Amino acid sequence: MEIKNSAQAGTFESSDILVMVEPVAKGSGRDIDLTSSVYMHYADSINNVIIKVLDKFKIEDVKILAKDKGALDPTIEARVETAIKRALDIQEGTL
Amino acid sequence: MAARRKRRTMLYIPGNNPAMLQQGGVYGADGLLLDLEDAVALNQKDAARILVRNMINTVDFYNCEVTVRINHLDTPFGIADLEEIVPLQPDAIRYPKTESVEDLKRLISIVEEIEKKHNIENPTMTIHAMIETALGVQNVFDIAAYSKRVDCITIGGQDLTADMNVVKTKDGNELDFARKRIVMAAKANKIDAIDTVFADVDDDEGLMIETEMIKGIGFAGKAVINPRQISTIHDVFNPTEEEIRKAVRIIREFNKNREAGIGVFAIDGKMIDAPVVARAQYIIDVAGIEI
Repeated sequence: MEIKNSAQAGTFESSDILVMVEPVAKGSGRDIDLTSSVYMHYADSINNVIIKVLDKFKIEDVKILAKDKGALDPTIEARVETAIKRALDIQEGTL
Repeated sequence: MAARRKRRTMLYIPGNNPAMLQQGGVYGADGLLLDLEDAVALNQKDAARILVRNMINTVDFYNCEVTVRINHLDTPFGIADLEEIVPLQPDAIRYPKTESVEDLKRLISIVEEIEKKHNIENPTMTIHAMIETALGVQNVFDIAAYSKRVDCITIGGQDLTADMNVVKTKDGNELDFARKRIVMAAKANKIDAIDTVFADVDDDEGLMIETEMIKGIGFAGKAVINPRQISTIHDVFNPTEEEIRKAVRIIREFNKNREAGIGVFAIDGKMIDAPVVARAQYIIDVAGIEI
């Protein structure tokens, strides 16, 4: 799927992650810019979770800005999914 | 006899707060209320729904009864909440502002439709009907009796007093009739009634007094807004050593007499029959003792 809008989800609170999704030109690929309070130990793991969600939504071209404050995998997945759905304008049951 | 589920405390956890959700099981509450309704801002409903879904799928909440408070079906969020939560079959969903049998009928029909779509043949998820309006109080006997899936009735004090246009006070006189009517409707259908929150988290004495009062009229427990309130409420609901000793004696005598084919017997000159045995068993269950 093609990202057309910018969107974000999550917070700067501890145990959360703020995820910003931005559209890029077709063929640009995935650009994931991650900062994390646990970067040294978990950068690969967090990146993998983000990629798993992008795969699920079949998104090939996107810029992801992620600012992590020690979120667990289910939180990272939830925030990426929410940001993507908002960017794709497919979220249901919200304002 | 099967142990009854303990519902002394049900701790509200805001559905969009990952830190609190992931730690929910460690506070020692009997149940958790993962809240998609009032604790979540209108523009974060989608985020909370997805987060709560993921947490239920992955986090160990230990022995807590896990209940999700969804948004009412009259809001733009209710159906989407059910579509995400029902397939997970948490222990229960809490339905706010239940006012009539028609509300439940609509809810249960959508729940069953989703369960069918996901091939859930033996659903275990129950429904906690939340009474928060004068009309709900009026109809609570029908609500409690409507479906076997409703295994708990709860009272929402803040919304109910707002609906009644009265001020919620510490002595709770304004809720007296509603509380007693809700308990009686629950008891008539052999299900639990759970009391509303005590909003002042710094007033331990007030919490203890209110908990003693609601225990005295028959509530099984209370909703909690802060983990600090849990131990105070448990202290009130936990049986005393004397009560436990008496209950153990009753159950032991009951088992002995049952084997001999005797239904009604006496201890210290007092008749012991089924209701007394049931009460004794409840005390033993709450105390966490196996006989």
